[in-house]
Amino acid sequence: MELKRVVVTGLGALTPIGNTKDEYWNGLVNGKSGAAPITYFDTEKFKTNFACELKNFVATDFLDRKEARKMDRFTQYAMVASDEAIADSNLDLDKVNKLRVGVVWGAGIGGLETFQNEVLNYAAGDGTPRFNPFFIPKMIADIAPGNISIKNGFMGPNYTTVSACASSANALIDALNYIRLGHCDVIVTGGSEAAVTIAGMGGFNSMHALSTRNDSPETASRPFDATRDGFVLGEGAGALILEEYEHAKARGAKIYAEVVGGGLSSDAYHMTAPHPDGIGVIAVMKNCLENAGLKPEEVDHINTHGTSTPLGDVAELKAIKAVFGDHAKNININSTKSMTGHLLGAAGAIEAIASILAMENGTVPPTINHTTVDENIDPELNLTLNKPQKRDIKVAMSNTFGFGGHNACVLFKKID
Amino acid sequence: MSDIASRVKAIIVDKLGVDENEVVNEASFTNDLGADSLDTVELIMEFEKEFDIQIPDDQAENIATVGQAVSYIEAAK
Repeated sequence: MELKRVVVTGLGALTPIGNTKDEYWNGLVNGKSGAAPITYFDTEKFKTNFACELKNFVATDFLDRKEARKMDRFTQYAMVASDEAIADSNLDLDKVNKLRVGVVWGAGIGGLETFQNEVLNYAAGDGTPRFNPFFIPKMIADIAPGNISIKNGFMGPNYTTVSACASSANALIDALNYIRLGHCDVIVTGGSEAAVTIAGMGGFNSMHALSTRNDSPETASRPFDATRDGFVLGEGAGALILEEYEHAKARGAKIYAEVVGGGLSSDAYHMTAPHPDGIGVIAVMKNCLENAGLKPEEVDHINTHGTSTPLGDVAELKAIKAVFGDHAKNININSTKSMTGHLLGAAGAIEAIASILAMENGTVPPTINHTTVDENIDPELNLTLNKPQKRDIKVAMSNTFGFGGHNACVLFKKID
Repeated sequence: MSDIASRVKAIIVDKLGVDENEVVNEASFTNDLGADSLDTVELIMEFEKEFDIQIPDDQAENIATVGQAVSYIEAAK
């Protein structure tokens, strides 16, 4: 059977550097850092006391109080970003066949704060289990798409993908395939995460995964820099409306880009460390190109996973060289995590959006905070350091990799 | 209004996000105040916490209106 073509017709973003798609893009091209001291809890005894929190976000500006109270922050973020994307797509919710509209969402963890607070509450008591009846439904990672469908009446496929930091790229690829196969006309996809909590910070700190540059939060996320010392935890959500091409054309929708392929692979190596030779990462980019029917030479831009960890950044760039060979030096490579921090399960979504907006605006956002050359990185690679670069992008790739060795890669193409 | 009644009503207003005027004695949590099954469980737990009492499940089932909640708590205190 012939596969359907799939396009992006709506975007929504709620990020540490901007609370809407347009603010997010402005933050990206202006090299804005979202990192600052944590305001959510007392960090005095924590090794890292900063993160990329959302700024000036008040859930009740978007949700009624009763509704907001029944949602963990990761779901609140999902509601706000998906609302923006749906509005951006101009989908007529009264006309669309809602049986053929799905929601496939990504979340690496889910309601961590809800889990943490309920357990703390139990531990502070006399042993009587007085768990709130909303504890489980607020916490579970699939409740975000559940709530999006309840609000909008979308009755197609509905679930959450969980693959740590690759989660929302997995969601996007599943959404792509459902539409390709003709099961759905439209899928709301993306991801959200809200792990800037005592459990999240404490847990990642114990792994030595986070930067501890407490004296300079805004320069701490420095992918590819020789002095990088770990990632900066971020939070927020990104949402994309994926739509079957003819369906989008028939209603005169604005088309941002075509989703031309998705790649998936596993390192099969270690719970948290990347494979030193990047074999899984090489495989995922290769099978993504194959899935899209594109040659390596056609790729203009790669938004890397690039988390600012010592091992991961180098392994990814080596893998890019292995896949793209001589063409690697012609590609505009960047890491927008230098600005947003690492949104875990929402990273794939907001970076897909960054890639699509880079294509739309002909501008590649910078990898900020670069000062010191890492001798383990090929100096011929264009890492789009510190300043945005003009670039006519026909094909953009977005990489995301998750603890557990999950690798996901997505390719977007400018529509002909 | 008794102290217990006003505290019960404040909890209902807070948890169900309803207007104070709607929280009359005859109002049913589910039929009039928009509560679902989880909301009613949460209300009972909040009453237990606020008034430091235990409401066994088989008795909680009989507390369906604002007035029934107030009466139950007044008797239990």
